[in-house]
Amino acid sequence: MSDDQPDLRTPASPWELFTTFTALALQGFGGVLAVAQRVLCEQRRWLSNEQFVEILAIGQVLPGPNVCNVALMVGDRFFGWRGAFAALAGMMAVPLVIVLTLTTAYAQFASVPAVAGALRGMGAVAAGLIAGTALKLVQGLRVGPLGIPVSTTLAVVAFLLVAIARWPLVWVLLGLGIVGCSVAAHRLRASR
Amino acid sequence: MTPPPVDWPSLFGHFLLLSLLSIGGGITVAPDMQRVLVGQMGLLTNAQFAASIAIAQASPGPNILFVAVMGYQAAGLAGAATTLVGIMLPSTTLALIVARWGHARREWLSVRAFKAGMAPIVIGLLFATSWLLTVNTPGWGHVLVTVGAALAVWRTRVHLLWLIAAGGVLGALGWA
Repeated sequence: MSDDQPDLRTPASPWELFTTFTALALQGFGGVLAVAQRVLCEQRRWLSNEQFVEILAIGQVLPGPNVCNVALMVGDRFFGWRGAFAALAGMMAVPLVIVLTLTTAYAQFASVPAVAGALRGMGAVAAGLIAGTALKLVQGLRVGPLGIPVSTTLAVVAFLLVAIARWPLVWVLLGLGIVGCSVAAHRLRASR
Repeated sequence: MTPPPVDWPSLFGHFLLLSLLSIGGGITVAPDMQRVLVGQMGLLTNAQFAASIAIAQASPGPNILFVAVMGYQAAGLAGAATTLVGIMLPSTTLALIVARWGHARREWLSVRAFKAGMAPIVIGLLFATSWLLTVNTPGWGHVLVTVGAALAVWRTRVHLLWLIAAGGVLGALGWA
């Protein structure tokens, strides 16, 4: 990351990281990533868009929630492990208190039919949001080195093994992952 | 329902393992959480499992907090701490190590092959999560809501909060 870009700024302290990520997380209903880009790149100007995409790419390759990985890596770049901890804590602490409070309220009111129904409806939407996000991501596979037939086969087999056959995830990721990565490496090597 | 005693080491250990498998985010390993928490351990009902994800989606912040809600519903604050620390500790440690190590190596063929090779599998897992949340709930109204929400998020730019709110209203009216 180049530190000499004149229009970029630096957070003053880990505390500023904590408060910024808290404010950012509290704006993110149903997904924090879009808010993160707006706050970090456009409002605070701590990162260029290119740097944000780089960090996001690493966060997506690695296990763990993408937005938490992004917070961790942004904090780490400015203040080392103290910054990483401050950013991640900012992302999670206050939202955690809110979500557990909501859960307690839900436990007390779960027997009210309208509340149970509302949660059922919200759960149905949540399931739809996940499928809709997956549908968006499918479009990105067209430009990947695997090609559409291989990508489709891998996605469908992964779905069937987990959703229908109920295989443990570790075997699905290991087994299909070796196939997918081998084919991708072969195609990338051939295209050079 | 009388909850069964909690096997803390295996609960914590399972979430430590899932943390390292959660490529694409915590939601991709939700089917395995359902298999263990609802099926093997009997700590949650299917309704509580689905509600955990709905509550976290309806509340601000990263969606990974659904893991804390599951732990909280299964075994109180200690349960929330166990599942959340379990799901976060390995992945954050790995992210810090790899981010420092790999910053200059992202053009390597092996790194690019890993990203390309895992992408379709991760997408298949997202569909599986959506499927399992849907088929374990009886009735048909909620299926229409799920399909409608999927189409809306796929094809429009409507704010996700409006979709969640609409689902809540439809559900409260007994249509979902």
